[in-house]
Amino acid sequence: MSALVRRLLVLFVRIMVGARSEWRGCTPDTRRRIYFANHNSHVDTVAVMAALPYQVRRLTHPVAARDYWGTSTFRRFIAEKGLRAVLIDRKPLPDSNPLEPLERLLEEGRSILIFPEGTRSATDEIAPFRSGIYRLACRFPDVELVPIHLDNLQRILPKGSMLIVPITCTARFGKPLRVEPGEGKDAFLARARAAVIELARGGPVE
Amino acid sequence: MTSFFSIVLAAILGLLAVASAIGFILQRRATDPGSVATVHNLNARIRSWWIMVAVFGGALLLGDTAVVVLFAFLSFMALREFWTLTPSRRGDHLALFLSFFVVLPVQYVLLGTLWYGLFAIFIPVYAFLILPAVATLTGDVNEFLARTARVQWGLMLTVYSISHAPALLMLQTGTPPALLLIYLVIVVQLSDVFQYVWGKLLGKRRFSPNISPSKTLEGLFGGGASAILVGTLLYRLTPFSPLQAAAVSTVVVVAGFFGGFVLSAIKRDLNAKDWGYVIEGHGGVLDRLDSITFAAPLFFHIVRYWFTV
Repeated sequence: MSALVRRLLVLFVRIMVGARSEWRGCTPDTRRRIYFANHNSHVDTVAVMAALPYQVRRLTHPVAARDYWGTSTFRRFIAEKGLRAVLIDRKPLPDSNPLEPLERLLEEGRSILIFPEGTRSATDEIAPFRSGIYRLACRFPDVELVPIHLDNLQRILPKGSMLIVPITCTARFGKPLRVEPGEGKDAFLARARAAVIELARGGPVE
Repeated sequence: MTSFFSIVLAAILGLLAVASAIGFILQRRATDPGSVATVHNLNARIRSWWIMVAVFGGALLLGDTAVVVLFAFLSFMALREFWTLTPSRRGDHLALFLSFFVVLPVQYVLLGTLWYGLFAIFIPVYAFLILPAVATLTGDVNEFLARTARVQWGLMLTVYSISHAPALLMLQTGTPPALLLIYLVIVVQLSDVFQYVWGKLLGKRRFSPNISPSKTLEGLFGGGASAILVGTLLYRLTPFSPLQAAAVSTVVVVAGFFGGFVLSAIKRDLNAKDWGYVIEGHGGVLDRLDSITFAAPLFFHIVRYWFTV
């Protein structure tokens, strides 16, 4: 049942938004990776998942906000069964570690997809990144962090609209990065964000 | 359909087989990187032609409804390619949604139900008035005139014009209407193919490097003349006399040329090489249908005005 839902979701997204992929800075790989992308719309999780080859998609878990995707049975079903998403708290309790479910997945050798802006941006600007990606990168120094830029999503399903306009979306995969020895949080977050912005401008060309 | 049609079908399949054979030989001979790339693209084009002939032929065999559905889908793909490259703002969102999910389906339903009176004016009158009206509701006046023009051109080229090809199925001319559609598609597409072949073999003088760097005068005239010749020889698919067929083919070829040219100009304006990526070797659906956008309405009106009974 959930396998069927997954396939239908991917098919639907392929028809509606094309969900093309362009591997600019790396090639598809089943090794565990942390994918991170800009966040414009509700479609972008599915758009990235649909753009990944099946073998990679099978092992990749997107991260979704519990305060949105966990609020109704339907949303929960789509997120957890349809997308194999992990729901996390955006405003965690003081002593808890909201990244714990992600760390567990990475320890199991699986890949994750996160949106470090934390919330959907209302413009084409890419908001400053939150620190979760830095903490994951420090905790798993050998894991590649792959930047992704999604274009057109702002025009496909803008924040505040329920109407999907079926413009083609391309997911561009950039050159993987890692935390440099001694690199601080702010420097790393700025570098990661710059990698996504560079992809938005079309580069790097291999 | 007629036995003459079977001969045409056999000729198309024969032509494709010959093209595939030539492509195979060229592939074995090509050595320097430039010609390897050209031959690779040529073979991709030929492979795609097999698929396009199979899809179009399959729809024709299934009947009129399948043809209308096929063209509705092609319009959808073309409109999507148009908007993927063309900029839009948040204030256009509802107008774009309506273009895809109301205007496009209604146009093809009007076609399917043979309601010609509304089919002919629905987009140029009603969609043209309603979509800007809807866009005002968001209050975004930024570039309003240019945005409105883009929304309307998108529909005009990819939905209204293209829908005039399957609309040929409405016309009672004494010959099977499907043959008229086949005739149009053969003349327009062969004109493109011949222009490509003549251009590659003999092309020297560039026609308009700004708009379409690969188009040459030799390709244009050689290709156009060859397509008109074929269009004349195929007069038995149509209600035309041979002379009329020559005249109609000329109109179709000239219109088709300008269709390709205008759509190339738009692409250059948007800094793109191809409209899309779905047809290997050709680019997008709109790269393949660009000539049809101008040729179909003209051909439709010529037949409707002078040849319907």
